[in-house]
Amino acid sequence: MILDFVEILFTAGFWAATIRIACPLIFATLGELICERAGVLNLGIEGIMSIGAMVGWMSVYQGADLYSGVLIAAFVGGLFGLLHAIFSVYLGASQHVTGIGITMLASSIGFFSFKLLLPKSTTPPKIEPFQPIEVPFLSEIPFFGEALFQHTPFTYLAIISVIFIFWVINRTPYGLSIKMAGENPMALEAQGIDVLFVRATAVIFGSALMAVGGAYLTMSAFDAFYFGMVNGRGWIAIALVIFASWKPERALFGALLFAGLDAYQVRAQQLVGAMIPYQFFLMMPFFLSIVAMILAAKNTRYPKALLIPFRRGERH
Amino acid sequence: MFDFRLEQRRFISPWLIVFAPVGAVMFSFLVASILILLAGANPLESYFKLFLGAFGSKNALAETLTRSTPIILTGLAAAIAFRAKFWNIGAEGQLYAGALAVTFFGTGLIELPTLLMIPFLFLMGALAGGLLLLPLVLLRNYYRVDEVVTTLLTNFIIVLLVGYLLEGPWKDPMALGWPQGESVIDEGILPQIVSRTRLHLGFIISIGTAMIIWLLLSKTVLGYRIKAVGINPAASHHAGVPVVKTVIIVALLSGGMAGMAGVTETAGLKGYLTLDLSPGFGYAGIAVAMLAGLHPIGVIFSGIFLASIYVGADAMSRAVNVPTYLADVIVALTVLFVLFSIVILKFRIVFGGVKP
Repeated sequence: MILDFVEILFTAGFWAATIRIACPLIFATLGELICERAGVLNLGIEGIMSIGAMVGWMSVYQGADLYSGVLIAAFVGGLFGLLHAIFSVYLGASQHVTGIGITMLASSIGFFSFKLLLPKSTTPPKIEPFQPIEVPFLSEIPFFGEALFQHTPFTYLAIISVIFIFWVINRTPYGLSIKMAGENPMALEAQGIDVLFVRATAVIFGSALMAVGGAYLTMSAFDAFYFGMVNGRGWIAIALVIFASWKPERALFGALLFAGLDAYQVRAQQLVGAMIPYQFFLMMPFFLSIVAMILAAKNTRYPKALLIPFRRGERH
Repeated sequence: MFDFRLEQRRFISPWLIVFAPVGAVMFSFLVASILILLAGANPLESYFKLFLGAFGSKNALAETLTRSTPIILTGLAAAIAFRAKFWNIGAEGQLYAGALAVTFFGTGLIELPTLLMIPFLFLMGALAGGLLLLPLVLLRNYYRVDEVVTTLLTNFIIVLLVGYLLEGPWKDPMALGWPQGESVIDEGILPQIVSRTRLHLGFIISIGTAMIIWLLLSKTVLGYRIKAVGINPAASHHAGVPVVKTVIIVALLSGGMAGMAGVTETAGLKGYLTLDLSPGFGYAGIAVAMLAGLHPIGVIFSGIFLASIYVGADAMSRAVNVPTYLADVIVALTVLFVLFSIVILKFRIVFGGVKP
């Protein structure tokens, strides 16, 4: 019996599932991370993921190809990011309330348009989602091939974005200004750089990434759009950002760890059968997020200017 | 980019203060009418149908007030918490905690005469809501664990717990296959207050609660402390305000009122607990509180107003074939426009004069 639980870890399917489950979280966590690094808490994440999932799927359903679908989702996510930035950055309004408003607006517009375009659908229609591609040679390696090299292009995109975001934040002047906007915006302004512009672009890029994370759900993980399918993944991503101490490489690790536990519990559930009700397994990700935040709390060092609006020409 | 800056206003015209929330609502309707046009309907006709659906008959009005009952309570929950800058976004979960308490105590475990049973159920519901929030506020105060995320995550946990209880141990065997709780005993049911409608005592209780909170905020030391903590916790601490204690009390009150909303829905509207007891009343409370400018008496009016949009949208959707989600869009827009009006009240937007 105990051996069965250990055996799960040695199946390639488990590791492949871990990566699949991690992907939407990777995109969303990176998106939130960029916003917060620039000093803006983006609570619009849950709604932006939801509309990203809807728009990406709907574009493909209406005839766009898959890659255009992802781009359209990113674009719409960016638009909501712009709206967030107008309120939270340019007007300096409460980031909490702005984010909640954006989440409410993005998800309700998403649901409204879904109902408008497909009024009669009781069973959600399906699209042809991204298909796994087998990386030549590598995918034939036993175990590792199946676990790592038989994923959809969307999955590889998630891994590439981690590297890209790491590079942007740590190796480019723009990344430096994002970090300064979140730590010491006055110093950034003294350099002659427009703090508000840096923050706004960070929120727009971040929101686009969140929407792509949502689109992963409908275009790679599943093939249809359901109401409430984001199901708290956005909030979990916010917890992961804290767990990752605002570092992209740790966000990847956090998302994988988290997804691994999730993939594991699904398999463990099959072993224990009806002994433990399924709702308790579904609660696990939310519990784990809270536990992760408590564990990270001691060493948490928030970006110093997070939540503090910056006003031009004002002495702080 | 965007060549402008915000300049603090020295004088705020009273005209502006009155117009701000009204203007926010008007702009929300204006923007939402774009969606109505996209749906191929006439905005004016749609809004007229929405108005009729919410206020057009005795039944419609009663339905609006019935719907306002839980969102006035969750609105108060958000208002008092946000005043102290305690970001409780967990009213949805606390509402279900209150409903669970009603189902636990009110379906036969405790039997009291009506006059005691109803206050007892409200007390238990409020305790459940408050206690659910207690560990999270302690984590926030002593471990600096952000309450926004923990309260949001707890909502999902509680809804799953309700699902488990209703499909498992608490399932009413008499209900034909539907996952629902056993019925609240007759002594615990909130009586109807207008005959042949669904309007129940819970409405009066939510108004009464708003009054009490108003008195508490405006006439007591605690109310003054809550205000001080919200404006500047560090300065309040120096001035001798027990900041941590105040925030904990705020959390208990906030969670308690959200828990009461669960009581009104279980013991008032439905008579038993269901999985769809709350279609997002907890989140709607945030919009209610914002529209009211976090004022408890304002919450009564904004609660009834937002309830009218939800109720009216159902009728409108049937009449002109616009998806009911329009109501959620309008409510979301209201939150953003109210936020805009708050900025405009404090600052003047001055264009030009910013060096790049």
